[in-house]
Amino acid sequence: MAVLDSKVPEGPLDEKWVNHKNNINLVNPANKRNIDVIVVGTGLAGSSAAATLGELGYNVKTFCYNDSPRRAHSIAAQGGINAAKNYQGDGDSNYRLFYDTIKGGDYRSREANTYRLAEVSSNIIDQCVAQGVPFAREYGGLLDNRSFGGVLVSRTFYAAGQTGQQLLLGAYSSLNRQINRGKVVPFNRHEMLDLVIVDGKARGIIARNLVTGEIERHGAHAVVIASGGYGNVFFLSTNAMGSNVMAAWRTHRRGAYFANPCYTQIHPTCIPVSGEHQSKLTLMSESLRNDGRIWVPKKEEDAQAIRDGKKRGVDLKEEDRDYYLERRYPAFGNLVPRDVASRAAKERCDAGFGVNKTGNAVYLDFEAAFKRYGKVEALTHGHKNPSEEEMIKLGKEVIKKKYGNLFDMYQNIADENPYEVPMKIFPAVHYTMGGLWVDYNLQTTIPGCFAAGEANFSDHGANRLGASALMQGLADGYFVLPYTIGDYLSHEIRTGEISTDTPEFEQAEKDTRGRIEKLMNATGTHSVDYYHKKLGLIMWNKCGMSRNAPDLRSAMDEISELRADFWKNVKVSGSADTKNQELEKAGRVADFLELGELFAKDALDRNESCGGHFREEYQTEDGEALRDDENYAYVAAWGYNENPRDSELHKEELIFDNVELKTRSYK
Amino acid sequence: MKLNLKIWRQEGPKVKGKLVDYPLDGVDGDMSFLEMMDILNEKLINEGDIPVEFDHDCREGICGSCNMMINGEPHGPQKLTTTCQLHMRKFSDGDTITIEPWRAKAFPVIKDLIVDRSAFDRIQQAGGYISVNTSGNTQDANSIPIEKSKADEAFWSATCIGCGACVAACKNASAMLFTSAKISQFALLPQGELEATERVEAMVRQMDEEGFGNCSNTGACMVECPKGIKLENIARMNREYLKAEVVG
Amino acid sequence: MSALVKSSLARKWVMALSGLFLVVFLTQHFTINITSVIAPDTFNEWSHFMGYNPLVQFILQPILIAGVIVHFIMGIVLEIRNNKARPIKYKRFDGNSNSTWVSRNMIYTGAVVLAFLGLHFYDFWIHEIDYKYITVGVEDPTRYIEELREKFVDPVRTWIYVGSFVLLALHLWHGFNSSFQSMGVKSVKQGDGFRKFTYAWAILIPAGFVFIALYHHFNHIAA
Repeated sequence: MAVLDSKVPEGPLDEKWVNHKNNINLVNPANKRNIDVIVVGTGLAGSSAAATLGELGYNVKTFCYNDSPRRAHSIAAQGGINAAKNYQGDGDSNYRLFYDTIKGGDYRSREANTYRLAEVSSNIIDQCVAQGVPFAREYGGLLDNRSFGGVLVSRTFYAAGQTGQQLLLGAYSSLNRQINRGKVVPFNRHEMLDLVIVDGKARGIIARNLVTGEIERHGAHAVVIASGGYGNVFFLSTNAMGSNVMAAWRTHRRGAYFANPCYTQIHPTCIPVSGEHQSKLTLMSESLRNDGRIWVPKKEEDAQAIRDGKKRGVDLKEEDRDYYLERRYPAFGNLVPRDVASRAAKERCDAGFGVNKTGNAVYLDFEAAFKRYGKVEALTHGHKNPSEEEMIKLGKEVIKKKYGNLFDMYQNIADENPYEVPMKIFPAVHYTMGGLWVDYNLQTTIPGCFAAGEANFSDHGANRLGASALMQGLADGYFVLPYTIGDYLSHEIRTGEISTDTPEFEQAEKDTRGRIEKLMNATGTHSVDYYHKKLGLIMWNKCGMSRNAPDLRSAMDEISELRADFWKNVKVSGSADTKNQELEKAGRVADFLELGELFAKDALDRNESCGGHFREEYQTEDGEALRDDENYAYVAAWGYNENPRDSELHKEELIFDNVELKTRSYK
Repeated sequence: MKLNLKIWRQEGPKVKGKLVDYPLDGVDGDMSFLEMMDILNEKLINEGDIPVEFDHDCREGICGSCNMMINGEPHGPQKLTTTCQLHMRKFSDGDTITIEPWRAKAFPVIKDLIVDRSAFDRIQQAGGYISVNTSGNTQDANSIPIEKSKADEAFWSATCIGCGACVAACKNASAMLFTSAKISQFALLPQGELEATERVEAMVRQMDEEGFGNCSNTGACMVECPKGIKLENIARMNREYLKAEVVG
Repeated sequence: MSALVKSSLARKWVMALSGLFLVVFLTQHFTINITSVIAPDTFNEWSHFMGYNPLVQFILQPILIAGVIVHFIMGIVLEIRNNKARPIKYKRFDGNSNSTWVSRNMIYTGAVVLAFLGLHFYDFWIHEIDYKYITVGVEDPTRYIEELREKFVDPVRTWIYVGSFVLLALHLWHGFNSSFQSMGVKSVKQGDGFRKFTYAWAILIPAGFVFIALYHHFNHIAA
């Protein structure tokens, strides 16, 4: 077991980044012209990194599997982006944002990285406004803020329910500017299939042109992996259908350590699964929990009757309802953090109180909010004695103004009118905090290979706060990576163009072709989706919201068996030299089948409960997570092994000089 | 429910395509349109056939990947909805559903229902940005107050998802709604004003070069736009263009 | 400036401006024609003025003809280009679900109006040119009303006129209002007053022409 060097600079927390920037090596502009950088993935992190690197003068190539960089899944983020601007004057500061983030992550992230994230957060907002990102504004013309789960200040900037879209389109516009200048060359509908290492350094990638099926070699002085998270290992998640771990996993296969794979965020407010045909899950903004009350029936026979369609939830009397979050967590009530809310829903459903056909749903009820808002509305309009009906009618109008688009979306998908009957929700896999291990410079354990955004493990620890993912993606891409990569590239100015005509590229291409051939030539018994769904079920049942050692062990066995069966019996139709979505999926699922096992191993290895990782063996008497700071305050970084269960663990001890480790309590 | 699907199949860009009949049973009203396509593909795979290729990704109506001409309408019969958010309860047992790719000279077919929409990227590359460095050395965000109504209008123009339904719906395959939405977003904001002239000229020139048709104000684009991008954007572009060409 | 001539947006402007010019002309034409019903003497007087005033004859009339030619040539050019923008058509296309028939078929309503213009030129303009410059008739300021009435004796011609006016109305219904959108006029939104005016105008002017044609036709029968 090697000790990992995080390369965190010396000095006080709030001076580390500035000092580091002052002391790292730079590349002069004339030399930048001779240096090539590959960026894989064009979401917030990838687009912003590519645009900035191009602007600095490097020659950049971007790769994405979609037909345009603009389609990356960052676009689907709804709520907002945090920044310690303190525009509301409510006492926000870099330190506060840092502290909230590290506490929200259950003290499993690296202090220096998290502080740097908070430090550059303000700059992101300046940058985006300069780019023309239309954030929401107040009537005075200044930027508006909203508050988000788990914090005491209002620091979230937003653009209606489409903040991710607007930020991504902002980064995309900067990227387009560089494409127009010829500094960035986009390779869309291309998928990275392997990382090429020459003399111990990342020197390029092997990519497949998804339209023609051609296998291409691309050389560069450095490679940036910004390919997002791996939530689709669960098959059903709020990720896009194509979101995958391939780029990160192939990098891992070539030697980069993979950190904390078991840290997964399960978002509490998603639309429940409606049937076996389900292909993905849809998230409803967390902001709904501000006004909705979550409940299940108090009596099991009521729940059964509702499941059988003999009763309706809306008809249940107040005393027959169990507002379990308010009951368990009187202080925070329905506004407990995501991981806590998700686990509580699962606990009720497992106990037999679920309220849809599958038994996996709880109610999110706005009736109280209708009455509360309606009463205020009536009074402010001089209507002193409103009837209950009038209040509800007025209240519905208020709610419609606040969440109309979400209610419409719910109605469209669930085919129920949420103004008349309570919504049904259930947790779903949403974000993965784990990823490629990187040092303070965002460099993986392979020199010259960097990772940014959700693809790295860095800043969120074991749980991510709302509105922090967008912040991290853009911080990495605009403000961190373009500086830190220069330190590495300053040693490359004499290297010259990277030739792809070398034995290393030859071998990597051969390996890739062999893999594709193997997939195409399996016996062809089951479709790719058949395996993906099976894997997803194992993951959800045994590595999902709560985990225990026997389940995790059997998950590892099952995944390993499934993987062997996959390689023997998968059916990939069509040919490898045309557009072939089945082949694309097969390659991705093959990697998920390895990652899944490592995921389970990591969860098994971590004998504590923290953030999104809840081990049933490690809980307090009343069912709360029990962290073990003495033995597990480290980052688990795994070296690659083709049998993931035999992967070697490398630890990065987490040192907390600036915060005191406390138990999170929401009671 | 049981459906009779007529789907455009085309092996590659240069190959001739045709509509092929696929009867499909066991479709549930709660399925999304793309989940119905998943079921068809699973069936085709199991029968040893080649599945239908189609673009899709987020399946929550925001990435703009999905693009199907369903019964002669982009994204199908439900307004303000992308194909992925269309649900099968909009159809009835026994329905015949015709599914075709977007049709435009500027959107050549790649395979089956997949078309090449890179023309949209090139229009954006021509000038769909504000020339500000991403170094972070910009002024404080609140140093430029922007009238709320203008900021909101710019936001609505910026919600375009680039799916191409406007081109698909237009009888002239015109891309003016798409192009004008981006031009409008920046024209409405003080940050974008400085480059307004170059931007509108460059983007319109690129749009014309890509081979899109002209606008004849039928308004089909706005009606079919899953995000409800307004026709006023086109009027604004026309205005901006005149200003650029005549006033300079 | 050269970009202006070649660009798609400039073509829109040309269509809109030439169309609007023709709208102005139609209004003037209608104003004169309606006098044939209310005050035949005024009709003679105005017609004579239009026929013999050199400014009208040698400046305005060529501009008008040029306007018509520009409008229809640009219309055809756009139609061809727009067709090329979609070389492979849809097997199934439901245009009615998102736009009016009229807006999609301006080329056909326009073609009918153009054909009608041919007949109309033959009926009146050729006759005038012949009278004034070829056979050189006597300058007679009172001949116009009778010549007009004569044209509407023939029921076939009358009904061709009526039918053409209906198509003209359809053409104007989309064209008049749409020209403001093409020129980027700010407040032409669905349902506002100005928009309603363009629709009213598109119906009322052609309806007026129909009325004039039928009035003279049935007056003749009654006589």
